[in-house]
Amino acid sequence: MTSRPLVIVRESTLLRSLAIVAVAGVVLIIVTDSLDSYRNLQLAYGGYYFCVLAGLTVLAGSSGQISLGQGAFMAVGAYTFCKLNAAPVAWSVFPSLVGAVVATVLVGIPVGAAASRLRGPYLAGATLAFAVGLPALADKFPAFLGGENGLSVNPPTPPSWLGANFPLERWEAWIACAGALIVVFVLYNLTHSAIGRSWRAVRDDEIAAALAGLRVGRRQTLAFVVSAACAGLGGGLLAAVLQLTSPGAFPLQLSLTLLAGVVIGGLGSLIGAVWGAALLVFLPNWTNDLANSFSLSGNVSHNLPIAIYGVVLIGAMLVWPSGIQGGLRAIGRAVRPAVSGRSGPAASEPPKEQAESTTGEGVKASRP
Amino acid sequence: MTKFIDLTLSGISTGAIYAAVALALVLIWRSTRVVNFAQGAMLMFTTFIASAVINSGGSYVLGFVVALCSGFVLGAIVERVIVRPVESAPPLNAVILTLGLYTLIVAIAGMIWGNTPRSFPAAFSLHGYTVGGTTLLFTPNDTFIVLVVIAVAAALAFLFRATSLGLRMRGAAFAPEVARLLGVRVGRMLTLGWALAAMVGSLAGVLVAPSVFLGPNSFDPILIIGFVAAVLGGLDSPPGAVVGGLVLGLALSYVSGYEGSSLVPLAALVILVVVLMFRPTGLFSATKERRV
Repeated sequence: MTSRPLVIVRESTLLRSLAIVAVAGVVLIIVTDSLDSYRNLQLAYGGYYFCVLAGLTVLAGSSGQISLGQGAFMAVGAYTFCKLNAAPVAWSVFPSLVGAVVATVLVGIPVGAAASRLRGPYLAGATLAFAVGLPALADKFPAFLGGENGLSVNPPTPPSWLGANFPLERWEAWIACAGALIVVFVLYNLTHSAIGRSWRAVRDDEIAAALAGLRVGRRQTLAFVVSAACAGLGGGLLAAVLQLTSPGAFPLQLSLTLLAGVVIGGLGSLIGAVWGAALLVFLPNWTNDLANSFSLSGNVSHNLPIAIYGVVLIGAMLVWPSGIQGGLRAIGRAVRPAVSGRSGPAASEPPKEQAESTTGEGVKASRP
Repeated sequence: MTKFIDLTLSGISTGAIYAAVALALVLIWRSTRVVNFAQGAMLMFTTFIASAVINSGGSYVLGFVVALCSGFVLGAIVERVIVRPVESAPPLNAVILTLGLYTLIVAIAGMIWGNTPRSFPAAFSLHGYTVGGTTLLFTPNDTFIVLVVIAVAAALAFLFRATSLGLRMRGAAFAPEVARLLGVRVGRMLTLGWALAAMVGSLAGVLVAPSVFLGPNSFDPILIIGFVAAVLGGLDSPPGAVVGGLVLGLALSYVSGYEGSSLVPLAALVILVVVLMFRPTGLFSATKERRV
């Protein structure tokens, strides 16, 4: 027997997402307390990568579009954050982050409207051109955007009620993780709402969706703008954590790396975005250690992470298109009958993990 | 006025290179319905091979030939080993796959040759012609570029329109089932199509390398611009690719000359978006219905 409050929490998407966010928030506060400053900084990196990856994975998995321009949206968010956070505007961190998201949404609306008219390789090529072209604007307006050197801001100061000796890195990790949790809350509720269902309808069959009364172009634009907003928040967090932004921080490679992150996590899965973010944070360190222990040359060790992203993209498409989260889910499905065979009542429980996924099979299986 | 003429002439020469890249993309799109986003990396790699040959004492001609041959082989290997399994998969898979290939090739080139750009020799003099006392921006090397690209485009047109091999390649691309029933080795034709396309791409790499320096990432803008040129031409039409390349070469030459070279990729994006807004499948393409 499950108790009544638990059933309510499980039935209501809003309460369920709030519960997830609250638990994750408490866990993160406890974890950051025990990590040293370097690990906290890595957690902050993971937080902003997660924001971008979560937006991209919902775009690709739910609405079936692809964007190779997320790096450019990150640049918009990062530059807006620096402009708002530094003198003469000198807003504090959180309003600046809101400003970064608003600016990215404003850029994302026309780009998304254009993108909603494009399909497959046309969309990929246009967003690729966006990723290559936009950072060049910084060179065009050196006085306003700082040219090659970019813009810098002061480090965020922890509020005084946290104590005088509160470490900066832990505060940065908190900021980035708070952003990530907001993204989880918004995307979880969106994908489990009528909007999320309409995205999947558009993804699976555009013409059928249009015949059913959905305005396909608007739905796709909305999905694109949501993912752009996530990337803008990620970019703003990046600027807040690194205290710096420059055109060199947003090369074409970044956008392709982000794509590798969502593909390895599993397209459409928010938990997959966690795996992807962890990969993006830890892989450069691992390959560096590897290169050092085999005393490889600098050329090799610099390019090894990039090579691995390439292998990941190719290998995932050829061998394992559902990514890590898809693999875990398949293992879960294979194990569950054996478990439920032994303990009777468990067999009647609905498959929880599938309901949480936003990928095609999961959704079809759990939502008739 | 002199500046305008200079920009027009240099636009024709860079346009010829864009046309070659666009041709490479169009040939692959026609045969396998895949946009080869790895093209920029493949032509970078073959140009590095040519550079290695020339630096170790080989002549320019030898490097040129080696680049074309390695492009041919690389294209065939990529199609046969990596692209073949996703040809029937959703289009997104092929996009992600070729982007992965791009990333991998760039990383391998960086491992072998380092990330510092190096210079690459030109076939002919880079000093402009002198007409009536003024030196033009158009050089003997530009003449070479334009003539080579014209020759390649003509050879491809001849291959596809006037030879039995070209007919079989077209059959394999447009009606694979029927072609297979008629005894065409469809798989082999597709491999050959990729190999030819990669060879044209490697030609573009060798031609453009003297003006951009050779580094793992230095051809990224060329790939974007080649893609835009191919889309202008409708992705499906080789003559369209050549026209698209030339038009784009001229337009971007004016942008670069009057507004600054940093805006070139952004200008290409604007042109792409404007064209796609009005003709979502390119300027030269026939309208096609989408099926339920």
